[in-house]
Amino acid sequence: MLEIKNLHAGIDGKEILRGLDLTIRPGEVHAIMGPNGSGKSTLANVLAGRPKYEVLEGSITFEGKNLLEMPTEDRAREGVFLAMQYPVEIPGVNNIYFLKAALNALRKHRGEEELDAIEFLQLAREKMKVVELDESFMNRGVNEGFSGGEKKRNEIFQMAVLDPKLAILDETDSGLDIDALRIVAEGVNMLRTERHSVLVITHYQRLLRYLVPDFVHVLANGRIVKSGGKELAEELEQKGYDWVETEAVA
Amino acid sequence: MTAVVDTDLRERAAETFAKLGWPTTRIEEWRTTNLAPLQKINWRVDENPRAIEHPATLGGRAAVELVFVNGRLVSGENPFGGDVDAQIADWERNAMVALNTANMQDGARIEIPAGTVVDGFIHLLFIGHGDGIWSHPRNVIVVGANAQVAIVETYAGTGSYFTNAVTEIIAGESAVVDHTRFERESMSAFHVGNVFIHQARGANVTSRSVAIGAALARSETSVVLAGEGASVTLEGLFVGSGTQHLDNHTTIDHVQPHCESHELYKGVLDQNARGVFDGRIIVRPGAQKTVSRQENRNLLLSETAIVDSKPTLEIHNDDVKCNHGSTIGQIDAEQLFYLRSRGIGEDESRNLLVHAFASEIVDRMKIEPVREQIRRALFEAMPDRLPERRGTSR
Repeated sequence: MLEIKNLHAGIDGKEILRGLDLTIRPGEVHAIMGPNGSGKSTLANVLAGRPKYEVLEGSITFEGKNLLEMPTEDRAREGVFLAMQYPVEIPGVNNIYFLKAALNALRKHRGEEELDAIEFLQLAREKMKVVELDESFMNRGVNEGFSGGEKKRNEIFQMAVLDPKLAILDETDSGLDIDALRIVAEGVNMLRTERHSVLVITHYQRLLRYLVPDFVHVLANGRIVKSGGKELAEELEQKGYDWVETEAVA
Repeated sequence: MTAVVDTDLRERAAETFAKLGWPTTRIEEWRTTNLAPLQKINWRVDENPRAIEHPATLGGRAAVELVFVNGRLVSGENPFGGDVDAQIADWERNAMVALNTANMQDGARIEIPAGTVVDGFIHLLFIGHGDGIWSHPRNVIVVGANAQVAIVETYAGTGSYFTNAVTEIIAGESAVVDHTRFERESMSAFHVGNVFIHQARGANVTSRSVAIGAALARSETSVVLAGEGASVTLEGLFVGSGTQHLDNHTTIDHVQPHCESHELYKGVLDQNARGVFDGRIIVRPGAQKTVSRQENRNLLLSETAIVDSKPTLEIHNDDVKCNHGSTIGQIDAEQLFYLRSRGIGEDESRNLLVHAFASEIVDRMKIEPVREQIRRALFEAMPDRLPERRGTSR
């Protein structure tokens, strides 16, 4: 589904990713862990096509298509979703109107009929229950006045509605209390089928207790230095990142 | 309802205009707006205007709708018609007001008796029609003590005509007035609109100006808070593209103590459009305990669009709470990325963000049919701007 080969990328002329390789097949959940500054968020932003991030070398294909040639909106329409680390507030753009426009843009791209307001609301209500967001949030501006936890739950809500093939969670767990963490994990677990893949980017292991990954990769200095199963996450929790980095250098 | 006009006043105003002449950019208040193109045209009055259907009509939805074509009343009954005359407009110093006063045509003369609350809203629709025609509508609205009224002026039309309108609002003690001016003139028209507001003790006036039409439009609002505890809210939205020039001048004069003024003007300029905000607030020596807030925020959508923002405070006593500010910015890159990352195309995302910026003003309008009409007009204007914009931005 996703194939990253020898990816070198950075921002403001600074190279952060230095030869990253990663393959994600349909149905798999991968976790990328690593210390601050290792390039975790750069990877998420490059995948979503955030402006200012530059790819210096390497390739990314998504379902056989060159992802790097697509503008941001086309990546979303092809089925890539990024749950952001810091979701921005957009006062004046109604949450529900925005999400309906997004879903219909995706459906149009896939040659499906657009949903009308009633059909959309039905779908939205159903998904809202999963993330335990109150309906009153829907008529506010996008993320406007939301608490940190509400913003993250809104990301998962959007993900549930848009039903992406590949969901990337960029430190969605940071700053969440245990209840919010559980809600976020449940939202993602609902998406786990043989045709959906998830890439969880995190500093800590705690989200992975609820959202058990098939593969864990350790990112250090812009490269994946170690890969393993879910037990690797626990090992990292106990020993910290130092031992992997030392091992990689050696 | 032909205006009752004192011929002596007309003559004196004509003399004043002859003396003052057309405003030039050498005058500080007209520094950024050049009326030279208007002076070259030999404007004439439409002697026989006919009723014209216009989509800006709010017909059955308004309590009263008066329709004027080229400055003459062509339809509508005015149950509040009073024998009220021009009172506060400053024709002695303001050349365009002198020009209006000298050539005054029809307009609404409205008198709301003390204690009367008018249900719904009064709509005054001014349609300009034809090339080389000018019109000088004059509205005088006198609102009695404790009375309440909502008045909407709409300026629309087809052709390269020139509207030079003056509206006077005299709000009595504790009167409540909600006033909206929606300028959606033809894109080849010229528009100058002067609004004078005089507030007695405790009067509460909201006056908003939405300007999206005309090749060149100048809107001036002058408020005098002449009674203790009076409160005024000025809201403005100007949205220009092409080579439009949209100029907004406001003056709020705090004369008496305990008055409040709240002002927010927002501008959206695209392509080669130019916008002006010049807001002056005066706090007189006797106006203690004044509270005044003024803000102008602008969004530039192309690298060639220009906005001149000039907020001015003149405070002549130290027992006041005043603040003002002005910002000029572009579309927020983070917000744009967020919308696009969910699959919404770049053009639509930009449109959403522009409307979000404008909606802060539009959403505050309580009169639903007018709010929806303005929203529609903004939406209709927007997609046309986009293809051309692409060449000039980024």
